[in-house]
Amino acid sequence: MIMLDDVHFSYEGIYTALRGVSLQIDDGERVAIMGANGAGKTTLMKHLNGLLRPQKGKVFLDGRDTSRLSVAQMARVVGLVFQSPDYQLFLDSVHTEIAFGLRNLGFTDEEVEERCSKTMEGLGLSGLSERSPFDLSGGERKRVALASVLAVEPRVLALDEPTIGQDAGQKERLAELLMDLNKAGRTVIVVTHDIEFIVENFPRTIAMADGKIIADGPTSSVLSNERAIDLCSLTYPQMTQAARALKRAFPDISERLTSLSEVEDTIVSILGGRRK
Amino acid sequence: MSMALVEFVDFSFKYLGADSLALKRISLRINPGEYVVVTGPSGCGKTTLCRAINGLVPHFHRGYIGGHVFVDSKDTRENEVSQLANVVGLVFQDPVNQLVTLNVERELAFGPENLGVEADEIRQRVEELIARLDLEGLRRKHPHEMSGGEQQRVALAAVLALNPKVLVADEPTSNLDPKSAELILGLVAELNRQGMTIVLVEHRLDLVSKDATRMILMDKGSIVADGPPRDILIMNLCQEIGVGIPKATQVYKRLASRGVQLPWVPLTGEELAAAVAEAR
Repeated sequence: MIMLDDVHFSYEGIYTALRGVSLQIDDGERVAIMGANGAGKTTLMKHLNGLLRPQKGKVFLDGRDTSRLSVAQMARVVGLVFQSPDYQLFLDSVHTEIAFGLRNLGFTDEEVEERCSKTMEGLGLSGLSERSPFDLSGGERKRVALASVLAVEPRVLALDEPTIGQDAGQKERLAELLMDLNKAGRTVIVVTHDIEFIVENFPRTIAMADGKIIADGPTSSVLSNERAIDLCSLTYPQMTQAARALKRAFPDISERLTSLSEVEDTIVSILGGRRK
Repeated sequence: MSMALVEFVDFSFKYLGADSLALKRISLRINPGEYVVVTGPSGCGKTTLCRAINGLVPHFHRGYIGGHVFVDSKDTRENEVSQLANVVGLVFQDPVNQLVTLNVERELAFGPENLGVEADEIRQRVEELIARLDLEGLRRKHPHEMSGGEQQRVALAAVLALNPKVLVADEPTSNLDPKSAELILGLVAELNRQGMTIVLVEHRLDLVSKDATRMILMDKGSIVADGPPRDILIMNLCQEIGVGIPKATQVYKRLASRGVQLPWVPLTGEELAAAVAEAR
């Protein structure tokens, strides 16, 4: 269980990133954190494993005040994947990069191999095993960074923008892997702008703006909150935009269409055509 | 036949340590004024294609090379990245990695100074870009006080300060929130309307397809489709290789399979509603 109590943080006293953040995340939850660039999301994530320490307020891990825990102690519980893989990758092959954390934690060679191959398989990296992470594309590097943390299977996974540079197929695989880890009891926390990824996979959403939490609750209600959408610099999903434009042209249609098949059926009813 | 602005002639590349070619015998011509979106599943070779245009492949990323790439008639094998810098402007995913100075004016002057452009000319370019990219409000701001969208706007301006003939952007909006992403892509589209040639790698096709003049679909190191975006996006090939097409375009295809033919292929929610209104 993670608890933040009135956490404040500013960079070199110049730029205030967190202005009193309080939240609780229970074991086994799947939580998305949204917000505009500069809202404080990444700063918040760095507090979860002790990379940053609150200048005011407290962070608790399993009920313990973390001010007395080292980053190494916290990192065993909370695995953080940075937004930019460039800050995380430093070894000369994809395989050694993923094995590095496992070896450090004292897994046997056999376990290291097993976890490496399972994670690489899951993230579509098997063919890249001996490549230098440096030569890979942004999307591939991102998956290597994710794999190096997911392979350790920490109790809490804190992922900053995990879907960056991923195509539709890779996103699905990533979601599956996260669901499996979640079913096995892991807590999953993501920071993302990817609204469709959240809607499909995360029951709880926390919206941030200007260093504060402005909404926290079931994803569907947070994302239908117009003020939250606006303050988080989000745009509406394409089908919501379509439904609104259709409603202007055809006032008789239903007010709330959100899924692709609802929009599709409505258009069939307007234009005629084969019903399903 | 005269030479295109960017021309791949039977070009192949394999990274050191890789089992297979990242690019397989690519032949491609990009003419002045085009806005080309390059897309395809992760690992298809689109990033390598960008690197081959500005010379990072083969001068920085080493490997096996076959064929040639010409940019503005310069063979990239024989011209270093720095010699191509005033022909090809490259914008990356993460603007923070690209900004080197402490304020906007210094940042925009940095590139041309290094290329030995005269001071008066630099001052003029900087002022022009500040006006054109709406950077007046950021003039004295430190990059760390800027939002991601603002940083990317400055990075874009810094690249334009070199007066490149072609702008190559590898997922320039993937670190940005949706509204900032729209703003940057709007700027890119505006640059194209003013005549700049654009090569843009992007997964979020809903945001770029309506502005692009051409879409190139890649898979496993090869170009598998090349044409106007609306023609490419309705191909079943997109789903087969794992390219996510805009939801509005998906609706178009599903309607067609149910006997409802819209008059044209929509790319956005607004366009979908407009096409339906027109069909009625």
